[in-house]
Amino acid sequence: MISGADIMVKCLQAEGVDTVFGYPGATICPFYDSLYDSDIRHILVRQEQNAAHAASGYARAKMKPGVCVATSGPGATNLITGIATAYCDSIPMIAITGQVKSDLLGRDVFQEADITGACESFTKHSYLVSKTEDIPRIFKEAFHIASTGRPGPVLIDIPMDMQTNMIESFDYPETVNIRGYKPNTKGHTIQVKKAVEMIRSSKRPIIVSGGGVLSSGAKLKLQKFAEITQIPVLSTMMGIGVMPSEHPLYLGMLGTHGRRCANKALHETDLAIVCGARLGDRAIASPDQMSERTKIIHIDIDPAEIGKNVTVDVPIVGDMNNVLRSLIESIEDYKIDDEWDAEVKDLKAHYQSKISTFEGYVEPRTLIGKLSSMLKRKAILCADVGQNQIWCANNFKIREGRFFTTGGMGTMGYSIPAAIGAKLGLSKRDVVVVCGDGSFQMSLNELSTIVQNDLNIKIIVMRNYRLGMVRELQDNMYNKRHSATILNDKPDIVALAKAYGIDSVEVSSNEDAEKYIGKIVESDKPFVLVCRVHPDTPSIL
Amino acid sequence: MKYTLSVLVENQAGVLSKISGLFSRRGFNIDSLAVGVTSDPTVSRITIVANGDEYVVEQLEKQLNKLIPVIKVKRLIDGEFISRELCLIKVHSPAAKRFEIIKIAELMGAKIVDVAANTITLEYCDTTEQIATLTDLVRPYGIREIVRTGTVAIDKGKSTVS
Ligand SMILES: Cc1ncc(C[n+]2csc(CCOP(=O)(O)OP(=O)(O)O)c2C)c(N)n1
Ligand SMILES: [Mg+2]
Repeated sequence: MISGADIMVKCLQAEGVDTVFGYPGATICPFYDSLYDSDIRHILVRQEQNAAHAASGYARAKMKPGVCVATSGPGATNLITGIATAYCDSIPMIAITGQVKSDLLGRDVFQEADITGACESFTKHSYLVSKTEDIPRIFKEAFHIASTGRPGPVLIDIPMDMQTNMIESFDYPETVNIRGYKPNTKGHTIQVKKAVEMIRSSKRPIIVSGGGVLSSGAKLKLQKFAEITQIPVLSTMMGIGVMPSEHPLYLGMLGTHGRRCANKALHETDLAIVCGARLGDRAIASPDQMSERTKIIHIDIDPAEIGKNVTVDVPIVGDMNNVLRSLIESIEDYKIDDEWDAEVKDLKAHYQSKISTFEGYVEPRTLIGKLSSMLKRKAILCADVGQNQIWCANNFKIREGRFFTTGGMGTMGYSIPAAIGAKLGLSKRDVVVVCGDGSFQMSLNELSTIVQNDLNIKIIVMRNYRLGMVRELQDNMYNKRHSATILNDKPDIVALAKAYGIDSVEVSSNEDAEKYIGKIVESDKPFVLVCRVHPDTPSIL
Repeated sequence: MKYTLSVLVENQAGVLSKISGLFSRRGFNIDSLAVGVTSDPTVSRITIVANGDEYVVEQLEKQLNKLIPVIKVKRLIDGEFISRELCLIKVHSPAAKRFEIIKIAELMGAKIVDVAANTITLEYCDTTEQIATLTDLVRPYGIREIVRTGTVAIDKGKSTVS
């Protein structure tokens, strides 16, 4: 005989899960008790939302589903923001929540919350377990759904009695068969052919790549496609890292906070080849104008994204790897026009931004640029949300590393827990956080998790004493009326970090900042570097 | 534009709320929705009649298809399917008017399922348009209550949704 809780652990092991992030409570205790005897590493976060964010960082690092666990009621509702963030950012995740005993469901008993109902619109799928026998099938399906097609979070809500019930034996299914879920990965041959013809007949093509290229593991194929054809590449925020930032064909991030040369190129193109990007409003402010100006080929694994935000000429539903492979095969002899090539190079040179500095403060954009070269080639940068995120997106120079941020949901407080997940997933990599003073305070409790698990994560806090990005919006749109965007000069972040047992300094010049970064990258201990940034430093140029 | 969708779904708890939630969340208006099990007891069929332009319908089909318990979505083509709705109408009918109402029912092919001192209840199964005609005809007498099932629809000829 075997308990539901033991089965849950065995299912995780069968899926090759070695790390889970969570926070216990009464209704998930049977599972935690079984976990205690297993070889699965449990990372105790300090708030459930961060368990989900950490699972997201882990998933992005390992390219497989991250797992987070919480108890029923408040534990589960605390997970919600993290689950919704993973959904918007298309991150594969399994969220496991304890639930009150099944015979008490619907009676509003202590710590009962309808979590599957609450998460309905931002989970890829959810299960409320009603038979212990179903647990293996549900786990098998959940991992399959989370990691295939367009990745996303799957929630498994497990009443306590389902965990304690004993059944005959454990048998993990080898295959899944879900009638209503058969993602099309192939990429329709006729559509690919149409796309090739369209590329051949275009004069000024451009590639717009998004997070889908990264999550499908197709970034090298995308680079190859760009290199053979010499088509220039832009990326969305979620797509940062598809090309090395210094690649001659890469023009940077597009959109409201993107690079001017990228937006300009998008304006001048006659064919946008959109790869794994949903073209949300931050990327394309006026989709109608774009469809009028240029032809669009849209490649995505999720058919519902195609034609949702922009009108498309050639839709291709499929896995980026397959579609790019077919495109590469049939376009080897094609090269873009010299004229367009020259124009793009010109754009790139012309729009080099000049950065103004403030005496007595760190200039964050220059510092981020410098930071890139001081880290190992494969470093992972976790950027939070706000001006700090934009500074990173436009100035961090990726070589073979990664850039983790929440471009889809924009959830403040993401960076620190995501870095915890990333470091636990890829322990040899340099993992650096850049966050604002507002976002830092949304997840600073996780400093404790960092220390407890001895994680070598460097945190750079851009301290402008402001909710900078919103303040900037108020400057531009609300007559400089700074309603609720001024932070005071407390807490003393250096003292706070030290209270957690992490060494920290505050600097107010790039020279000092670089000096410290040079030192701390050599150490294997975490560090909090507080950079004083002038509040008038703009997000972009 | 009015359109009719036939949706095959897993016959499990919670599926209907997923579907109706999707409509309200994305701002799509449903005219009617009818659910019932199919010849396969594990599969239910939902017929949805809704309003919207081509963009809306296409989005809706795609979003429905994205739901894991949704097995198949088919948009029925105008003129190529039969649709029916059942309704029960309780009409105010003092003795003096009873005969007139019975005449209307006969004319329209509605069944009289209950007669009481001051009311007559009609059962009518037809298209939404025919139901509108019948209700228009009996409205002058005073409709006490009306209850409708929502439209169910099936393809003409040998075409099926499966
Ligand atoms: C959870 C959450 N709440 C509110 C916001 C709205 N918001 C976007 S940026 C921002 C300011 C961020 O301030 P800070 O972290 O100090 O970064 P800065 O812009 O100053 O670099 C706010 C409040 C958000 N994105 N996420
Ligand atoms: Mg700030």
